[in-house]
This record gives sequence, C-alpha cells and structure tokens, in this order.
Amino acid sequence: MTGYIIRRLLQFVPVLIAATLIVYAMVFLMPGDPIRALSGDRPMSDAVQAQLRDQYNLDDPFLVQYGKYMWGVITQGDFGTTFQGRPVLDIIQQGLPVTLTLAAVAFGFQAIIGAIAGILAAVYKDSFIDRFVQVSLVIAVALPTLAIAFLLQLTFGLNLGWFPIAGIRDGFVSYILPGIVLAAVSTGIVARMLRSELIEALQSDYVRTATAKGMKRSRVVTRHGLRNSLIPVVTFLGADLATMMGGAIVVESVFNMPGLGGQVFRSIQAQENTIVVGIVTLFVLFYVVVNLLVDLLYAALDPRIRYD
Amino acid sequence: MTTAPQPTTPAQGDGDFTSTGPLLEVKDLHVEFHTKQGVAQAINGLNFTLEAGETLAILGESGSGKSVTAQTIMGILDMPPGHIAGGEIRYRGQDLLAMKPEQRRRLRGVNISMIFQDALSSLNPVLPVGWQIAEMFRVHQKMRRRPARQRAIELMKRVGIPAAEQRVGDYAHQFSGGMRQRIMIAMAIALDPDVLIADEPTTALDVTVQAQVMRLLKELQTENNMGLILITHDLGVVADVADKIAVMYAGRVMEAADVYEIYARPGHPYTKGLLESLPRIDAAGERLNAIPGLPPSLTDMPSGCPFSPRCPYATDLCRNEMPELLPIVGEHTSACHYREEMHRGHLQTPEEAQA
Repeated sequence: MTGYIIRRLLQFVPVLIAATLIVYAMVFLMPGDPIRALSGDRPMSDAVQAQLRDQYNLDDPFLVQYGKYMWGVITQGDFGTTFQGRPVLDIIQQGLPVTLTLAAVAFGFQAIIGAIAGILAAVYKDSFIDRFVQVSLVIAVALPTLAIAFLLQLTFGLNLGWFPIAGIRDGFVSYILPGIVLAAVSTGIVARMLRSELIEALQSDYVRTATAKGMKRSRVVTRHGLRNSLIPVVTFLGADLATMMGGAIVVESVFNMPGLGGQVFRSIQAQENTIVVGIVTLFVLFYVVVNLLVDLLYAALDPRIRYD
Repeated sequence: MTTAPQPTTPAQGDGDFTSTGPLLEVKDLHVEFHTKQGVAQAINGLNFTLEAGETLAILGESGSGKSVTAQTIMGILDMPPGHIAGGEIRYRGQDLLAMKPEQRRRLRGVNISMIFQDALSSLNPVLPVGWQIAEMFRVHQKMRRRPARQRAIELMKRVGIPAAEQRVGDYAHQFSGGMRQRIMIAMAIALDPDVLIADEPTTALDVTVQAQVMRLLKELQTENNMGLILITHDLGVVADVADKIAVMYAGRVMEAADVYEIYARPGHPYTKGLLESLPRIDAAGERLNAIPGLPPSLTDMPSGCPFSPRCPYATDLCRNEMPELLPIVGEHTSACHYREEMHRGHLQTPEEAQA
C-alpha cells in the first residue's frame, strides 16, 4: 500500500511538468503583446518597454522563459509577479478560500441532493417520485450552466430576493446560488448513477439473502444495497470535485466572485502569463491529489480491490 | 451450539403457535408470474407437509417451480411479477400468507431459514463474512458487537471453517466455494431455525465438497431437530439424505413417497423416466434413457396431465383430464391416472397394449 502511494506521488512530477509546460505554451502562443496591453492608450517609451521585457524575460525564447519560471518556483517557491508588481502567490492566497468554499458548497449539494434523489428514485422505482426525480435531472443536465445561472439569479435573486446574485459580501449565503449552479449537472449525474446502481443492487442475490435473514427493508437498502452502489458514485464524486475547478471559472465570472476561477479568466484576457500558469498548476495539483485520494478510498470501500 | 438434540420449540419468534398440525404444511399453493408473454403458472396446486427432524427432498428439472416454492415459503418472492394466486402455507398451524409483513419478517431467518445455491453471489461482497453472520444476532437478538462477533466465530468453527478467529474479518471472495457455502449455512442456522430450506445447496460445488457439505447439513439437522427442505435436481444427493421425496413437474407435485419406496416402486411415469435417465454402475456402456421432449411452457399449459406430451403411456384420458395427487399405498401418492398399474409395474404403453 505504501509502495503504491509512493509510486503515485512520483507520477505527480511528470504530470505537473507537462501541465505547466502546456499552459505556459498556450499563453505564450496567444496573439498580442502583454506590454502593449499594459500600457493601453498611454504612450510608453521604448526604454521602459525594453526594461519591462527584460524584467519579465519576454525576449527570451519560449523554453528559456519557461525554464527560468520553473527554476524560480522550485528553488525559491517564487511563482513570479504580475505586471503590476504583485506576487502571484499573494493573489492565489486571496482567491483560494473563495474558490474552496464555492467548491465545498457545490460538492455538498451534489453529494447530498444527488444521493437522496437517487435513493428515492431507486427504492420507489417507477413511482411518481421516480418520474419526478428523473425529469428534473434531465432538465438539470440538459440546460446550459449559464442558463441555470441566469434563471436562478432572476428567480431567487431578483424576484424573490432570497439570495444575493453577485459578490461575496453576505458571507455564506452568497455561495448558495453559485454553488447550486456549479453542482447542477453533477447532481443529475450522481442521482441517475446511484439510481441505476441501487436498482441493480436491490435485485442482487446478496440483497435477497439479507431479506431472507429477516432484515428490515430499510436496513436491506442502506446496509446491503447502498454500500455496494456507492462505490462507483464515490469515484465519480471525487473525479468531479477535481474538475470543479474548471467549472469555477465560468461560475465565478457570472457571479462576480473574487476567486481563483474568475482570476484565471481575467488573467487570460490580460495575458498575465505568470498568474494563469500559477493558478492552473494549482488546479492540476489539486486534481491529481484528489484522484489519488479517490483511488485510496475506492480500495477502502471495495475489499476486492487491493493495490500493491 | 449444543450437540444434544433439542426439543422442537418455536425459537425466538413471537406470536403463539399451536403445536397441532405439522411443522410446515403447504396446501393447494398457486403462484403465477405476470409477464408480457402472458400469465406463467409457476406453481399449480402444490401440496406437501414437513415434520420436525424430517428431510423432504423436492426434486425436479429446471423450471419445475422448485425455487419459486422455496421463495414463496420464505416470503422473498419478487412481487410483482410474482403473484400468489391461492393456497396456504401453514407454519405450526399459522398461515404465513395471511400474516402481516412485519410479523412475517420476524420469522425469516429466525424460525424459517434458507440457504441459496450460489454462495459467492449470495454473500455480500463488501462486508466481512463474520459481520454478515453476526448481523443475525445483532438484529434479531439485539446483541452487542463483541459478543455477536464471538458467536459468529463459534458458528464458523461449528460448520468447519479452519482458523475461524483469523478469518472472521475476511470477505467472501477470499474463501473457496465449499467454505463459502459453509458460511451461508452458518448464517442460516445461527438462530436455530425450525425449518431450513436449502435451494440446490451443492450444485455449484465439486463432487467431493458436495458430500462434505451435505454431511454437515445432515448433522446440523439432527442436532437441532430441524425440518429440512432440500431442493435439488440431483437424484444422487437425494438418495443419501432425504426421508421423503416430492417430485415436481410444471409446478405440481407428481409423486411423493418415502425415499426407498420411490426408488424401488415409482408410481409415476415421470419419476420412472428420471430414474432411468441416471447413469448406473451395473448397466455400464448402455445408452442413457433420457426423457424425450421438454417441460411445457408455463404460459401455455397443455390440457390434462402436463406430462402427457412426453409420457410414453399417455392415453386420451391423460390428455384431457388432470389427474389428482392420490394415495397408492400408505403415504405414497401419485398424480397419475394409472398410478396403481405403474406402482405394480404392469403399466404398458398403448403400442405394447395393441401388440
């Protein structure tokens, strides 16, 4: 088991190098000149421009730029500075709590609501509850995220006035609508997955055995049926938590939240190479760590799986 | 676990059971399945009785309704599509089919218990086997975790699992087929049930292990004075352990008798056919006499005797009128119009009669 974890941790190295290189290359290849973008309409002397280019290594070939950047990250934990002179680490520290809170709210929503909907639909298969759950899930999955966002903002934000529609000034309440939007598609997937898994489990021989042992229906469903059905769902939830960072880019922009997702969006527009690479690297790191945890959890849930 | 035979008392179940009447009695049971192809009549008027300490073998080929019978007695038949169209199942005089679901649940696993054919799929793959055995004590006797686990270890020892203390936390896939079936047995006998239904308990096992498992079942039955219903298609298994045999065909009992009687003097052409299809050591090298044809479709039963399309002795009477299960001598009953002649060995096929 320990050997397995060490091997997995070692795999992080090539993954991180590849990820940063790709992101760095994509930002590098974007058309336009960041210094021009920085100066905007104001005139900037050639000398100042040359100095800035030198400071940010913009005249170096691509691989040299990348090498200098990575060297700074590895040797000094220096993720670079923005064109305004702010350390990127500072920006990450500021945005991270917002994004993590958003992800936690979304994750909680999809895990709890998805599970409840899935279990009800499976236990009361073909009933009204099942149909209702299924139809709502299809709607949640089929509607574009942006449409769900605007719909919720309009209904619960503007018309009913229950939740704020932008920013994070109201604390936790501000996270509820964006959290639901971020979770909508996955909630549908979780519920449908759990429904079909649980229906299959409830028809299995070992559930029949549990019934023959005189167990109550509720115990048969939760202890014997659900335990097995949860395995693929947990795997999906883990993988989804990791990809949620990507979804945060859209949701944070729509809800105007000062998180890392919105920051990435703005930085790409401003060609702030260092910020984009810094944050995306963090996302990638988060993804691989969560995936490792999911694989370990998978082994804990299913005794038939052994890593060695 | 005590080794002395125990008197038959209703175990932990609640409700008062009159001691009159047999331990288990199935009367005119009808079970149907409602499918898209129509109504499949899986059980058509089934009758049998079981006494404490007795082994009844229910014998029949696939689709004869053996497993449906077991599931109906246990109350674990999937309904729908299954539907109990009529009849009674009396346990110590009380009709199980008239009971409230909750009352019936309390009997399951406690008074009436069941062992399934495929132990690997019948045990929960993600729960330790010891936990699954201990669950019986924890749920039905509200026992605490540690003593329940201790009882599980004792049971595992009783059914012959080596190093039970070390293996109590293992999972089903870590055991061999025979050991898995022993675990199923441990779970089923945990609460000393009066009735144990074993649905093809040895079919998935290899021959040497089959004999061990059957011997274990027989031992446990004697110890606890259980009534054992052994569902099988294996005539070899039956001869060793059964007291009585009920031969099922198309959801009916065709013939019922004690085991020696049925092997010596079958009173039904179907039983005779089954016996003749067995390989025999004293008739080596000869071709086996398989019964020609297939069992009837349950959605489209022939009129009259369901075996008549395959029966070499069938007459117009057989094709038009369903024979009832009637006695030949003593406890020996048969559902054949010509049971007396069959029993005496005088029955001739229509061709033989003309010749």
